[in-house]
Order: sequence, then C-alpha cells, then structure tokens
Amino acid sequence: MPAKLHAATRRELLLASGALFAWAHVPRIARAEGRDPRFLTIVLRGALDGLAAVAPVGDPGWIKLRGDRALRLDGDTPALPLDGFFALNPAMPNLHRLYQAGQATIVHAAATPYRERSHFDGQDVLESGLGGVGRADSGWLNRALVAIEPGGRVDPRGRRTFAVGPITPLVVRGPAPVLSWVPPRGTPVSDETAMRLLDLYRHTDPTLAQILEDRIGLAAIARAGGIERKPEDQGPVVQLGNIQQVRSYFAAAAGGAAKFLASADGPRVGALALDGWDTHVNEGAVKGRLADLLGALDGALAAIEKGMGPAWSETVVVLVTEFGRTAHVNGTEGTDHGTATVALLAGGALKGGRVVADWPGVKEADLHEKRDLKATTDLRAVLKGLLKDHLRLEDDVLAADIFPDSAGVRPMSGLVG
Amino acid sequence: MALDPKGAALALHRFGFGPRPGSIAAIAADPRAAVLADLDRPDAGQILAAAGLLTSGAANRATFEFFAARNAKARVARLREEEAKRVAAEAGMAGMTEAKADMQPDAAKTPDSKPPGNKPPATMQAATPPPETVPQQIFFAEARARLDAAIGVEIGFVERLVWFWSNHFCVNADDTVMAGGYEREAIRPHVLGHFVELLQAAEGHPAMLLYLTNTLSMGPNSVAGINRTRGLNENLAREILELHTLGVRTGYTQEDVISFAKVITGWTILPTDTNPEHGGEFLFHHRLHEPGPETVMGKSYRDTGFEQGRAVLADLARHPATARHIAFKLARHFVADDPPPALVARLEQRFNETEGDLYEVSKALATAPESWSEERVKIKRPSEWMVAYLRAARFTGDIRAMNQGMNRLGEPLWRPPAPRGFPDDNATWLDGLSHRLDIANNFSQRNADRLDAAAMLDTALGPLASEETRRAVARAESKPQALTLVLMASEFLWR
Repeated sequence: MPAKLHAATRRELLLASGALFAWAHVPRIARAEGRDPRFLTIVLRGALDGLAAVAPVGDPGWIKLRGDRALRLDGDTPALPLDGFFALNPAMPNLHRLYQAGQATIVHAAATPYRERSHFDGQDVLESGLGGVGRADSGWLNRALVAIEPGGRVDPRGRRTFAVGPITPLVVRGPAPVLSWVPPRGTPVSDETAMRLLDLYRHTDPTLAQILEDRIGLAAIARAGGIERKPEDQGPVVQLGNIQQVRSYFAAAAGGAAKFLASADGPRVGALALDGWDTHVNEGAVKGRLADLLGALDGALAAIEKGMGPAWSETVVVLVTEFGRTAHVNGTEGTDHGTATVALLAGGALKGGRVVADWPGVKEADLHEKRDLKATTDLRAVLKGLLKDHLRLEDDVLAADIFPDSAGVRPMSGLVG
Repeated sequence: MALDPKGAALALHRFGFGPRPGSIAAIAADPRAAVLADLDRPDAGQILAAAGLLTSGAANRATFEFFAARNAKARVARLREEEAKRVAAEAGMAGMTEAKADMQPDAAKTPDSKPPGNKPPATMQAATPPPETVPQQIFFAEARARLDAAIGVEIGFVERLVWFWSNHFCVNADDTVMAGGYEREAIRPHVLGHFVELLQAAEGHPAMLLYLTNTLSMGPNSVAGINRTRGLNENLAREILELHTLGVRTGYTQEDVISFAKVITGWTILPTDTNPEHGGEFLFHHRLHEPGPETVMGKSYRDTGFEQGRAVLADLARHPATARHIAFKLARHFVADDPPPALVARLEQRFNETEGDLYEVSKALATAPESWSEERVKIKRPSEWMVAYLRAARFTGDIRAMNQGMNRLGEPLWRPPAPRGFPDDNATWLDGLSHRLDIANNFSQRNADRLDAAAMLDTALGPLASEETRRAVARAESKPQALTLVLMASEFLWR
C-alpha cells in the first residue's frame, strides 16, 4: 500500500458544520395538551452505510454479500440482536439498551426521493425536504417551526432559534431566524461593546443587526442555564485525528444540544450535523473506522439522554443521512455511494423496540441497479410521522409546505407513543 | 484623470485583501488598471523556492522518517520497560510496576500528522506543550508562507484567485502533509494559465490522489487487480466530473463515472516506506491500470496508459458545461450569491473563446461593469477578513493565532468539510458573525495600545466608511472597543 502514513483511512472528520438550531417555545397545541416535546435532528453527512450499522443477519444472502466484512451474531465481535432478523453494530450498546427499553426504533431500507449519487445534491434533498434536486434555500425543520407558530413571537425577546457552531446546516435554515453559539474562548466581548455594535448595525446594516441581536439573546439563555461555565472547552470546530477526539466532540456537541433543549426557558427543537461517514476505503464496520464512528455516535446518544434528564421522556432524536452505500464492498475494502440506508430514532417519547422495514432483500436481483440496497420506505414518511405525532403538525401542511408535493407519502403512524 | 478613492477602496475589498496603509491613495488614479496590473506582476501568485519550503514529496518523506524514528524510540522504551518488569517479577516484586506498554502509540498505523488546531485538554494546559511534530512544522511553515503572500501584495487579486482555485480543487490536510505543497505546486503555477493545465496538475498531484482515494484503485482486469482481487474506487472520478469540471447534473451517468474511474486506475504514488528517494511522488503504475479502451461521455479513449486519463481531462476542460460551471463559481465568489447573468455569460464566453485561458477570464472578471457594482453583497470569508485587518494594522500576524481563529470561525486552513470545499454563500458565513466579534474583541484587547482606531478606519475603509461608523468609533468608551467597532464595521465585513 503506498504511503502508509497518509492513506485516507482517516477521512476528513472535520465537524465545522456541527451545529444546533432550536426553537424556544412549546408548540401551541402540545402546550394545550400539557406536553412539552423536544425534537432533535442529527444529520450524518457523508452517507452512512446502513447495512454496516444494522445488518440483516437473517437474510440468506447476507454473508454472501459482505463475506468476512459482514456483521454476524457469532464470532469475536458479535452483533447485538434486535428482532431475530436484524442485528445492531456491536459498537452501539447504548442504542441497543434503548431499543430493548422501547426507546429506540430503527427504520431500514429507507431513502429520500433522491436517486443519484452526489453527496451534495443528496444532502440538499435530505435537508431541504424537497421532492428532488432544486433550489434549496430553506430546510424542512425550519419551515416546520414557521408552521407551528405562524408569525409567532412568543419569546419576549423575539428570538426563537439558535445554532451551535459557526456554520448552520441547511435543514434549519429558512425564514425562522437561527442563532449561533460556540462555547467562548478567550475574553468574551463585553455586553457594552456588543450593544454598541448592535446599535451601529441598526443604523447601517439590518441584516447584520438581526444576526447579532439573536446572538445576544442566546448568550443570555446560555448564561442563565449555566451552559457557558467552562470557557476552556473546545469549540465545535475541532480537528479530529483520533477517535478519542471524535468521541469527545460527538458527545460534547450532542450533550450540549440536549442541555439547551432541557433547560426551562430554552429552545425545544434543534439540529446538528456530524461529518465523516464517507467510507470509501477500509470501512472497518466491525473493527475499524466505521465501528469507531458508530461507537462515538452511540456515546453521543448517551450524552443526549443524560443531558435531557427528565425531559428525555418527551424527547425524540432522529438520525438521518443523505443516502446509503453500495451493498457490495468495493475494490478498496470500502463502499461507494449507494441508495437506501437506515434512519435511527431514539428517545423516551417513542413507541420503540422495533425495526420498521419492508425488507427488499440483498440478492443481486433485489438490489437497486444491481448495486445498492433498494429503497422501500420514503424517509419523508418517517419524518412526517414524527412531526405529526410529536409536534402536532397537520397533514396538509406537511404535504404542502414542509415536504412539498409529498401528499402521496403518508406520515408513518405509531412511531410516537 | 480625477482621483477615485471610493473606487480604489472598493477594488481593494472586492478583488483583493483590503487596503494596507496608503493603498487607497496608491491606486486612486485608476483602480481598474491597478487591479489588472496585479495580474501582470512577474511571479504573481507564486511562492518562490527562496521561502525554503519542502516539496510535497520531501514533506511526505520527512514525515515518514519522523514517525518511523518516533515509533522505534517508543518500541525501545517499551522493550526496556518489559525487561525491567520481568526482572522485578523475578525478584518477587510483581505488581509494583505499572504496566504501561499498551500506552505506546502505534505510529506506523496512525501518525499524529494533524496540524494543531485544537487545544490540549484543560488539565494539560499548565504543562509544557509537547514540541511540534514534523508535519506540524511543515503545516505552519506553509501556512506562514501563504499568509505572507496575502499580506505582502498591494492588492492581492491573484492571491484571491489562488485561494479560490485552491478551494475549488481542495484537498484535506488531515489526509496528507502535502496540502501546502500541493497549493504551491499544483495550483499557484497555473492560476493564470489555461484551465486544462491547472486541472491536469491538480488531479495528478499526490495530495489529490490520496485525498480522493485513487491511490488504491485498481482496474478489475489489471494485473494487480486480478492478483489481489481488488478493484475500483469511484471517488476521484466522480468528484472530477461533479465538482472540478462539468458540474453536477450536466449529463454524465453512473457508467461514465465507472469508465472514467477505470481510465485513471494506476494514477498513484510511490510508496514512502520502501522508497527513501522518491516516496510520495506521483507514479503511473501500469500494473494497476485497467487495460483496454473506455467510453466516457460518449467518446471512446484508446488505452494509452497514463495519457488515456490526460486525454479525458483535456476533453473535460474544454467541455461547455465546464466553462459554465467555472464562470458561475468565479462570479459568485467575487460578486454575488446570485451573480448577474450577464457577468456569468461574459466569463463563460471568454473561457470558451480562449480555450480556458484563466488570465483572460480573470481579466474579463476585473473589467466587467457588473463586477464594479457599488453594492457590496458578499460577506468576506473569515480568513479573508482576518487578513484584511492584519493588513490594515500593518501586522504580519501570528500564524498559530490565525490558525486558531480560522478553526473557530469554521474555515480551518486546508481542511474543508467535504470535497466540494468550503461553501461560498452568505448564509453560511453570516452565521459566524458573533464568533467574529469574539475574535475581533480578542485582537483589540491585545493590540489597542499599539493601534489608533480612527487611523485604522481611514486606512481600511477611507471613503467607504459611513458617517454612523465614524461616529460610533469616535465615541467608543475605550480604545479596544473603538478598534473592535472598526474590525466589525459592516463596511469592513463585505467585499
């Protein structure tokens, strides 16, 4: 192997886009019901190999397909059994525990309507909620917020959303404003200076004024919640060479998000993006890079559960990725861009402990274009089901505004219970 | 000719890295001519050998040597410790020596080649930081040279083009110590040449072959592919089509991706471990190359080995979709998220009629009336903004502080989040506004005694500074606050 030192076994794990968005209010209808739901979306960028995360160990074609790279129930590192047919990657014991407690659901062979193989188009379709590639300038989660509180400005400060990290993912961009937050390092700017700058922007640049105003409001929430108490913490932009750093970043980002969502006057809806799933070379599903990443993700779920505290019982976390990977292992012990994959759901509000799949099979003839796991579930059905039953969005709004032209895709029922 | 200080300030912010003391006056006689003259400077865009930087190959080998030596040292220490333990055990003292053998890093597998960008955990901060590793030294030497180049020029149009093209053909420093060398060797020499030369240099550079994982790709019917039952990796072929040349959804198919991937099998690098002279340099390895003709985008290419891939690249470079893609990206970068169609058309036409002569295309960009709109609607990238205030302050900048700032603002040097490079739209970078405020505040706290905020304002903005901004700076309650207001002034943040 040429250049052992720099072979791309550690693809970019830069998490600059790790970001969190949230909305500061209980949805009106939920409030009327005495509920206070939390909803966190985690976008796994780079295309997660769903077959390596949750394997169809009961499928007769499975071992033939992946050979000694296949997850299996026997061997050194046995996969964690789910329902007799599927098994979970052994790097995810927390998710397995939640599954057994009825607090996790796995949806398999799911995909957005996108059928090409560009990461960037795929991410746009996933995060915009559009039926296909198009002009994507807002995300479905942002539009969902607008729909729940049309024109609502319940927060006395008029700020409804926020983000952790310097770059906000598309899924939360849109008409509802987004705040941006990073644990401070060095001397934080004084309120006096920030207010003077805000005043200057109000006279010279309304765009910048709005952004700065949102930030000042968020800082107040963070201070009140004691979230900024450790200024020496690393910000979300860390350079991740080794898996310990990945673990600590995933847990810090997700756990931080949970603390915001849990706090009494904090936001209720958030999103963050975790990069690094593009495993073209030496994927290492059982032992290796992907197993490490899934382990880090599992730790992030544990951090969310812990950070939520009692609010966990009213929480849904959904983990989605732009598409899956090739069913077969490629020429370099990795997988190339594919089609269907898994969506992972966790949270105390779920009616979980199930794998939801209309299983297409992995025999050559069953594969999409003879190479990818075929999509039998539209990911939008899952997301619509969660938005409908957890946040109480209406069918017609979901079909027209949140996921445009998706009337034919029924919201999946029974996910939340 | 009447002086045009406003046009001069605009030119410096839009096409360059912002004014240094005196820049506005220096080019006020004819801002347009000054921007064009930037293209005609001898060695424009180059970092010369005098900078004492290692070639990519040498950097790769030095890094390998460093980790190999460190690994050997760790191994000796481990063996000594095991021996001591054994002796202790024999002397009946078992259990009193802590086993630490498993703490030794396996340097050969996972070299710590990352440039520093993250602080050590808080508990370690009091201790002396470990000495910089060889790859870290290389990273900072390259970063320093790049910053010097941006600070040392009067306007910086060509440097901005270097940054643009480096992001278009991005690689990632997490994957290779060659990221800085790549920019000097593959990007800089060609930013004013023909696009095809830039394309060939970028795709054939070891840093790119590693980043987009072509080094291990083998033709399924190549000798090595058959013997080692390995095969194709589509990654580089797909991104060349989608990101580097034609652009997404321009008519190529999955079959084209696969055929093109076969064409460039064998584009790899010499192994570093067995080749102390040339390890890490480009190699066309015929044993990995898929034999036979391949059809890409409807055209058949004979198997001419290495030349087969170059022939496909040459055709991609002159494809109309490539001209459109490049024209749009350039216009979007310099002028607006939604660039005026007339400007895009102008650049596209110039690209086509000059066979992708980037000197001519850049000239067309700098002379187009649409490029000189007084409306400033592109937010500067974080690093561009940092360079701008260093220039206005006449500072050379601390490269490690700069690096930390870039990390914090979401634009870590040579570490884009994906092969598409850093995003180039306002929405992405406006979100980090408040983090810029923190960076500006830190800079001001440290430097307010040495800098005069009002003078900085004149230097950096001149006639672009609004009355409101001037007043706010004048009325600031402290020197650091005044300086922060200058750095964060709206007029200073937009191109």
